[in-house]
Parts: sequence; C-alpha cells; structure tokens
Amino acid sequence: MNGVHDMGGMHGFGPVERDELTFHHEWEKRQHALSALTRTAGLRNIDEGRHAIERMPPAAYLRATYYERWAAALETNMVENGVLTQAEIDARAAQFAADPSAAPTQRPNPQITARLRADRSNLLPVADGPAPRFAPGDRVRAKNVNPEGHTRLPRYARGKRATIERVHGSHVLPDAHAHGRGPVPEPLYSVRFDAAELWGPQADGRGSVYLDLWESYLEEDT
Amino acid sequence: MSHDHPHEHGHDHDHGHHRPDPLTPAEARAKAIESLLVEKGLLSTDAIDAQVAAYEADIGPMKGAKVVARAWLDPDFKARLLADATHVIEEVGLAPSTNQLVAVENTPAVHNLVVCTLCSCYPWAVLGLPPTWYKSFAYRSRAVIEPRAVLQEFGTALDESTEVRVWDSSAEVRYLVVPERPAGTEGLTEDELAALVTRDSMIGVAKVKAPALAAR
Repeated sequence: MNGVHDMGGMHGFGPVERDELTFHHEWEKRQHALSALTRTAGLRNIDEGRHAIERMPPAAYLRATYYERWAAALETNMVENGVLTQAEIDARAAQFAADPSAAPTQRPNPQITARLRADRSNLLPVADGPAPRFAPGDRVRAKNVNPEGHTRLPRYARGKRATIERVHGSHVLPDAHAHGRGPVPEPLYSVRFDAAELWGPQADGRGSVYLDLWESYLEEDT
Repeated sequence: MSHDHPHEHGHDHDHGHHRPDPLTPAEARAKAIESLLVEKGLLSTDAIDAQVAAYEADIGPMKGAKVVARAWLDPDFKARLLADATHVIEEVGLAPSTNQLVAVENTPAVHNLVVCTLCSCYPWAVLGLPPTWYKSFAYRSRAVIEPRAVLQEFGTALDESTEVRVWDSSAEVRYLVVPERPAGTEGLTEDELAALVTRDSMIGVAKVKAPALAAR
C-alpha cells in the first residue's frame, strides 16, 4: 500500500537525532517480547504485523513512538486473527488504566515455555522454491504498480531500471503472507539501482541503492 | 540495561507507598493483551520473562565486532563471510542467525550503509537490538536519497570519488558492514581489534578509528 511507512526519499524530517537507546520504558521490553512470542506461537506472522503497522492512520503513525506502533499492530493482529476480541482487550485495558500499579496476570507454564523455545519463524530461504528467472547481471525494471495491500516494493523504486546483483534463493512472499495466503515461496534478488536513476539530478553523488525484491516485483528491461 | 527514562515508574518495587503514575494508553493495552494471552494458555509468563531477560543480557554489537575482527585477521574467514555470512558467524561462537545474513565490505573505493526505509529491519544476530535513531523517520527517509549528507552528520566525510552503496533491507535478508581496518592496528589481537569496532561502523554511518583516536 502507498502508506506513510514508505518513507524512502521523503523530505522534511530534519536531521537524524542521535537517540542511542533501544528502550525508553520497561513496558517496551515486554511489548517487544509479546510481539516476538506471538509470532513464535503461530498467532500471527511477521508480514501481518508489518501490514498492521502500515494501516495505522498516517497521523497516528507519525505521532506514535516506535513501541506504540508495535503495540497497535499486535492488537490489530490479535483481533483480526480471532485470538482476542476487541471488547475483552478494551475492558481489561480500562481496568489497568484504573489501577496502574496492577501487574499483568502471572501464569508460568513450563510446557508452553518449552514449546515457544522452538522458533518456527520462517525468515530463512525456503529450500524447495521455484527456479529463479533472473541471473546476476540481468537488466530489469521494478514494476510500476500501486497495490492496495502489503508489499515490500518501495515507491521510490517503482518503474526504475536496475541490475540483478545476487540471487538470495526463495523467500516467503510478504504480499500473500500478510493476507492469509501462503506461505508462497518466490525467488528473491538483491537488485542494484543507480542513484541517478532513482533520484535524477538530486542524486547525492556517485552511488547506488540495493533493494531485496521478489521476482513478481520485477520485469525484464527491454 | 539501565536505559530507563528518568520518569520511569518506581511503583514496581514500591507497592502502595505513593500514588502510581497513570499508564499511557499503549502501556495499559499491552498489559491487557499480555494478561489475556497467558490466561488463555497461548503464552506463559516465564516465556515472556525469559525473552525480556534475553534482551537485557544481549551483548549487542560485541557480536558483530568479533566477526569483523576475525575477518580482518583471517582472509579465508573473510572470503567465506562475504560469500555467505549466514552460517559463517557461528565460527566465532555466535548463535545461528534466524535471518539470511549478507556481509558487505568497505574499502577506500566503496562505502556501504544499511537502512530499512519501510520499517526497522536490523541485523539482530550480529548487532543486537537497534538504537532509536536507526528507526527514526529522519534516518529512514534520508539514508537512501542523501547518504553523504547523513554520513556528514555522523562525522563521516567521504571523498567524492568514493562509491556509496546503500542497502535498504526490504526483505528478510540482513546486512552487516565490514568496516575498513584502521592503520596503526598491526600486531593487535583479535580481542583488541574487536574492542575498536563500533556499532555505528557496522551499520556504515562511521569508520573505525585508529586506537589513539578511539581512546579520546
């Protein structure tokens, strides 16, 4: 989707403020753990998580802190995947707001913990994917498309010419996986875009941008 | 990690002695979701605690620094690392990466820089969790269109003739920059070299300084 998250090349955000911290509040560590473990437990996948963040209203996305965006995405995924209902989340959140010192329910469970130790996240290449159509050195063009759903083809690269740098093997296609389809393995490539091709006269000197793009994002450059 | 905000709530270990600060809406909702998931038997409190403890014990960029130091000393290791880093990092005692990992080498002619414009993808297996600036809108938006200007802000000036390669982590492949080994480090041990390698140099926003400069 053409969301506010797709920030590459935007102007106006100012200098990079050197905030070196990873976490600013204790709850953010637990949020991080919840976000990771709900994936390990198979309650959602990483692409659904990213797509939930992208669908935040743009003004809310920009206003939120990093872990507030993660929290919003987890809630969206839990409700959409039928794990929790909006009503039960709202009711329980109201109780915690009314009693800020109350701790979350403590329920240790060694069996569940052991099961969650086996990481089932599927982030490595898939062994039995289809044969790649492109080879290093091939001239390609990123398709000029504007899908309304989840995609990992940034706007700044669409319609631009590029060269295949390296074949990464097959990876799960996020565009399907974020929408309950898949996993669909598809060849993934490191693709080199010349800075001048992407940014024209505003290119910042000699250089290039490398993107990791799935085969269906690309067409032959004829 | 003692990275907490100065206004962090003190009530966790201090029940009932003062009125607790109100929760932010996100914090209340996170507590609600954690409670509901453990009550339904989908997650467990000990699994969440263990995950939090793992973040706190994470040695972060020290992991990548070991990889870089070994690459500086061992040309065969470096060749294997640059060919396919995913499993090669285990040779220096690191845990297997859950993501495909690619190492890219800085030279006098080529400078590499890593970003994730769409979200916050970062090579956790070698650098730990990312700092906030890496996830900031300014870094995400600007690193691809004006990398030299961003590098300048980090105090890194490049020759005009240097080619800048920006790696936008748009899939599940993660990138580690192998910075240039600074002059004046001949004879240093692997551990001594690793101590010079900064997180910023492995993201590509900085160079590794020679020992005399790094000590300042």
